[in-house]
Amino acid sequence: MLNWHFFFTAMLFVYGRILSQRLVNTVTSDKFLYQFVSSLIKYHMVICYFLYISGFVWFILTLKKKMYKYQFSQYAWTHMILIVVFAQSSFTVASIFEGIFWFLLPASLIVINDIAAYIFGFFFGRTPLIKLSPKKTWEGFIGASVATITSAFVLANIMGRFQWLTCPRKDLATGWLHCDPGPLFKPESFPLPGWLPWKEITILPVQWHALCLGLFASIIAPFGGFFASGFKRAFKIKDFGDSIPGHGGITDRMDCQMVMAVFAYIYHQSFIVPQSFRVEMILEQILTTLTYEEQKALYMKLGEILQERLFGQS
Amino acid sequence: MQSENNTSAPTTPRLRHRRRSNEAIPDATKANGSHLLVHDRNKYKSFLVRAYSTVWMIAGFVLIVYMGHLYITAMVVVIQIFMARELFNLLRKAHEERDLPGFRMLNWHFFFTAMLFVYGRILSQRLVNTVTSDKFLYQFVSSLIKYHMVICYFLYISGFVWFILTLKKKMYKYQFSQYAWTHMILIVVFAQSSFTVASIFEGIFWFLLPASLIVINDIAAYIFGFFFGRTPLIKLSPKKTWEGFIGASVATITSAFVLANIMGRFQWLTCPRKDLATGWLHCDPGPLFKPESFPLPGWLPWKEITILPVQWHALCLGLFASIIAPFGGFFASGFKRAFKIKDFGDSIPGHGGITDRMDCQMVMAVFAYIYHQSFIVPQSFRVEMILEQILTTLTYEEQKALYMKLGEILQERLFGQS
Repeated sequence: MLNWHFFFTAMLFVYGRILSQRLVNTVTSDKFLYQFVSSLIKYHMVICYFLYISGFVWFILTLKKKMYKYQFSQYAWTHMILIVVFAQSSFTVASIFEGIFWFLLPASLIVINDIAAYIFGFFFGRTPLIKLSPKKTWEGFIGASVATITSAFVLANIMGRFQWLTCPRKDLATGWLHCDPGPLFKPESFPLPGWLPWKEITILPVQWHALCLGLFASIIAPFGGFFASGFKRAFKIKDFGDSIPGHGGITDRMDCQMVMAVFAYIYHQSFIVPQSFRVEMILEQILTTLTYEEQKALYMKLGEILQERLFGQS
Repeated sequence: MQSENNTSAPTTPRLRHRRRSNEAIPDATKANGSHLLVHDRNKYKSFLVRAYSTVWMIAGFVLIVYMGHLYITAMVVVIQIFMARELFNLLRKAHEERDLPGFRMLNWHFFFTAMLFVYGRILSQRLVNTVTSDKFLYQFVSSLIKYHMVICYFLYISGFVWFILTLKKKMYKYQFSQYAWTHMILIVVFAQSSFTVASIFEGIFWFLLPASLIVINDIAAYIFGFFFGRTPLIKLSPKKTWEGFIGASVATITSAFVLANIMGRFQWLTCPRKDLATGWLHCDPGPLFKPESFPLPGWLPWKEITILPVQWHALCLGLFASIIAPFGGFFASGFKRAFKIKDFGDSIPGHGGITDRMDCQMVMAVFAYIYHQSFIVPQSFRVEMILEQILTTLTYEEQKALYMKLGEILQERLFGQS
């Protein structure tokens, strides 16, 4: 029961943070609901903290003599599981709201990597790759890397044409999306050398980013699988579960996805966002967290500072 | 009655010259594990040992506070390093370590990554403010900050990959346990120290008051238990008593009220630090620290009493420090009992290791920061914070664009409302 209490707290914390902005945008029509949701968000950290502390106190009060070691191990194990599961899922959800593209592309790359590694290993596999997973081979690894990077380039082009996939979602509605996709998804044409049958090729700038994602998916993400294999070997379990026939449990399928999801979000935040939406983000923040008087005060101060800079520079 | 590891001394250990190992005196009292302190014949001797360490720790702490934010932060970092070392060594088995060269290095690699991540986030803003004079350095620091997440992520991933490549057959279970243990330690140590450092830069008051309350709670609990303790409090810590707990609660809440008044008068303690300089601070302390007078009823000798609004917040901090923070101590006691260790270390005579002193501080530091962010900040500095954000993360053109858009939106709202 304690485990699920911590699970619920983690859910509230993680998804509260991610969805708070969108929730505010969705309920702006009704004034009472708006105030209620705003105050929930303001005290969100405190609420989650007190839920956690009550779980902590509950844990201490239920410690039984002679069971201490088991209970502490369980407590630590619960924390580790929740951190691993929620870190990757929170990043995944954040990516989804930035645009389904940023969730779909990394996930597809992992799937392609897995399938390609299996196929290449099936036909060409000779040299074992790593002692941890004896069935993986170097041929499978290299073949899958080539396949993954190529399909990253191609898939990004295909997926980038759909506004449904590339537009960020600002609220919690479920209707169609229309937006200005941003400079990353505007096609550019490159003339090709004369000996190729095509005169020119259209490339979306996002395809270069997709190459980086593909590189990570083929080289680093398999380590998520190795980690899971080593873990199962260490604790002498065959599979994490048995939900999926032939594959094992859900965790068996998600092990590489987890590493990839975190990377995709961090990559997006560091290399994609700064190129476009920073002014939008701060403007949103101003409009949602400050009252009207505070917004006016901010406007005044900003005006003064900009004037100073203008005079300082001239 | 208070147990050995959680009583009379302040929870901020200091200087390294006091590294003497625990001697026979505390051992004798520990051997009588279930006896209450009130009945202990040797209690006066152990009292002297603890009092000696206490005085040194408090003196060192006051000196560091006087010297300023950066030094306090440095102190927190040093404490953190020692705590991490104590905890890393705790469940290490020497036998297995011989077959795994370089495995300890992995722990310190993750420690360094965590340091970079946590302190990078907290200090980035201040760092930018400090180096605005030199253009080249400014750009270098700004780009470091922009790619901070990526740098930390890659450090972590390289540690992860290194871990997997060093997995040895037959040692898997030990290695995975160590890996999980390292993560738990780093999370516990860094969560609390990052919140502590963030509080320090909001104003030393928000670090000093919670820390002092924990110290007062510990000392008061020890003293009340020393003289009045009869009823045991919790099976986990047999030396703690209800008399000690209740007496300490009253003492803590009262001193929270009083201390907030005293501390709130010093600008050195109440002003936030915007950069990484070490000089004196002057600022407008904000509405929380402006004295208000309340007339008292005629039968009291004083005509009126001046109260800083922050004292009401201090009551909440005091309440938390007396009721919830001791659970940090119980957790540490249970943990030691579970894994059959006596103390986390032996740096401080009479008290054990640094983690023994910091266990309640950790719970309190997190609460103090969250309380500050939720109930204190929204009342004063929100406009300042966003303005700072605008000035530091956007370029000049972007700032102008923002200014234009904000002006338009405000005009719309003005017309919409009238």
